[in-house]
Amino acid sequence: MNTAISTAAPASQQLTSALLYLDGVSVSFDGFKAIRGLSLTIEPGEMRAIIGPNGAGKTTMMDIITGKTRPDTGTVLFAGSIDLTKLDEAAIANLGIGRKFQKPTVFDFHSIEDNILLALKANRSVGRTLFWKTANADARRIDEILGIIKLGDARERLAGSLSHGQKQWLEIGMLLAQDPKLLLVDEPAAGMTDGETAETAVLLKEIARDHSVIVVEHDMGFIRELGVKVTVLHEGSVLAEGPLDLVSANERVVEVYLGR
Amino acid sequence: MIARFLLQNMDRRGAVFLALVAAIMLLVPLSNLLLPPSSVFHVPTSAMSLWGKYLCFALLAISLDLVWGYCGILSLGHGAFFALGGYAMGMYLMRQIGSRGVYGNPILPDFMVFLNWKELPWYWYGFDSFLFAMLMVLLVPGLLAFVFGWFAFRSRVTGVYLSIITQALTYALLLAFFRNDMGFGGNNGLTDFKDILGFSVQAQTTRAALFAITCLMLMAGFLIARGIVVSKLGKVVIAIRDAESRTRFLGYRVDRFKLFVFTVSACMAGVAGALYVPQVGIINPSEFAPANSIETVIWVAIGGRGTLVGAALGAVVVNYAKTIFTSGFMAPYWLFALGGLFVFVTLFMPKGILGAVQGWSAGRGRRGREPAATAPAAAE
Repeated sequence: MNTAISTAAPASQQLTSALLYLDGVSVSFDGFKAIRGLSLTIEPGEMRAIIGPNGAGKTTMMDIITGKTRPDTGTVLFAGSIDLTKLDEAAIANLGIGRKFQKPTVFDFHSIEDNILLALKANRSVGRTLFWKTANADARRIDEILGIIKLGDARERLAGSLSHGQKQWLEIGMLLAQDPKLLLVDEPAAGMTDGETAETAVLLKEIARDHSVIVVEHDMGFIRELGVKVTVLHEGSVLAEGPLDLVSANERVVEVYLGR
Repeated sequence: MIARFLLQNMDRRGAVFLALVAAIMLLVPLSNLLLPPSSVFHVPTSAMSLWGKYLCFALLAISLDLVWGYCGILSLGHGAFFALGGYAMGMYLMRQIGSRGVYGNPILPDFMVFLNWKELPWYWYGFDSFLFAMLMVLLVPGLLAFVFGWFAFRSRVTGVYLSIITQALTYALLLAFFRNDMGFGGNNGLTDFKDILGFSVQAQTTRAALFAITCLMLMAGFLIARGIVVSKLGKVVIAIRDAESRTRFLGYRVDRFKLFVFTVSACMAGVAGALYVPQVGIINPSEFAPANSIETVIWVAIGGRGTLVGAALGAVVVNYAKTIFTSGFMAPYWLFALGGLFVFVTLFMPKGILGAVQGWSAGRGRRGREPAATAPAAAE
């Protein structure tokens, strides 16, 4: 998986230093332009918050990055040279882009532990998966992640029996297990209590120390707690970008959010 | 490594099932061959062959449960793989008849002589060899499933659409095999078998051996299917069943995993068909009938989907009931009985017979078991 990048990179020229580079991306569904001319760059190690009203194209942007939706036009580059528009979901995931969904999606009929095991970075081929044996290092990593997301005591429980907030955490744990270079986190604090939201912010900041992270969120308090650069999307393109205070002082942003 | 793969995390249910089939494998043929017919413990040859047939269906049901119960692929065409395995065996058995046919042609089966064919079609070559025929029993259903699955799963055909095209697949094969010029005996199929590996298919000892081999293959099929579902690949497959796109975003190539279990399952169904044919003495296009495939789904649902053991149990229970109900005064009402049974199980035992039994035993104060289709976590 890592090798895919290291072998692919020298083959073609490094076009940008950014980890993720979107330029002039557009996509429309049945004539409706969900994304129009979106440009965005994420540097290695950066954490970025993306906000925007409903229908601004936040989720569609994530779909494009993870290969679920193909853009009509535009460039999407990962690690400087890999064209993500030519790859499918599995290939992109194996390159090191992990995604947490808006609605927490875990495997309900698997134990918490198995959910992490399935996400754990490993060879994903059919043969290797069939004859998989959990090595000690893998077991330790699973324990470690279960500790981080505070589900160590519940490891045998079925994921379907978890509360909403716990599912969110389990999914973040699965992202950690994947050990991606870039994490796309869609509304991690949705449906959480204030306490849980604060803890989630701490957890994300910790993850951001050695990963690049894109967080899509509605909760301004949460964004403030993260304290990172903010990109505001509106009608499929970037409206403003910068620190939260600067962005929220922007007249156009206020107008979009509050209506005129 | 293979033994470890097959026996990893063996639970009590699986062990009981294997022990039971092993006991049947030994006791039924022995009682048939050694005990005098007057003994109450004597199993008549006809009953042995009948139960051999049930066990073939049990293997078919396990193969279907592997794809439906665990991977969520509701195949309504698994009878096609069963029938293709059966035809491969039937072609071997036809070639063994030699000049003992009605027309006495040493090469051509009777139906080809009757159709005025001068020589054996190329696709009949090699079927005089038992090994080649056995290879085809695995290869023909496996290859069809692979090609079919390759297109279907890569194009992400799922749910009811996939069920419909599997149904169309078996129906198309039904129509094709009905045609005389296909060279598979048309409407009448293949029958009047004489020998298998030099032993008369009618002989009591051959019947006993076929029964024992069926038990053996049922155990092997169960072990392989169980080995797959408790492995990490099994967990991936269950993940695909429950949240397909999530699995894809984790980096698993969903189509390949589906293709793997679908192909393995088709091979298993082929073996079941191959064992079925010498025990019932005929294979004809009606085995491709869509209703057969749907009935197989009902066996699995009644026994308990996603449990493997339940699928086998369901196949035996329903077919035993069918034998009872289709003879005697109940005969005209069999389909009503089957339909009623299906409705009853769906309404009152959503997890099938096995799930209900487990629920009752858990309800009697014992610690709740894990629900069906969740393998215990690897304890290594």
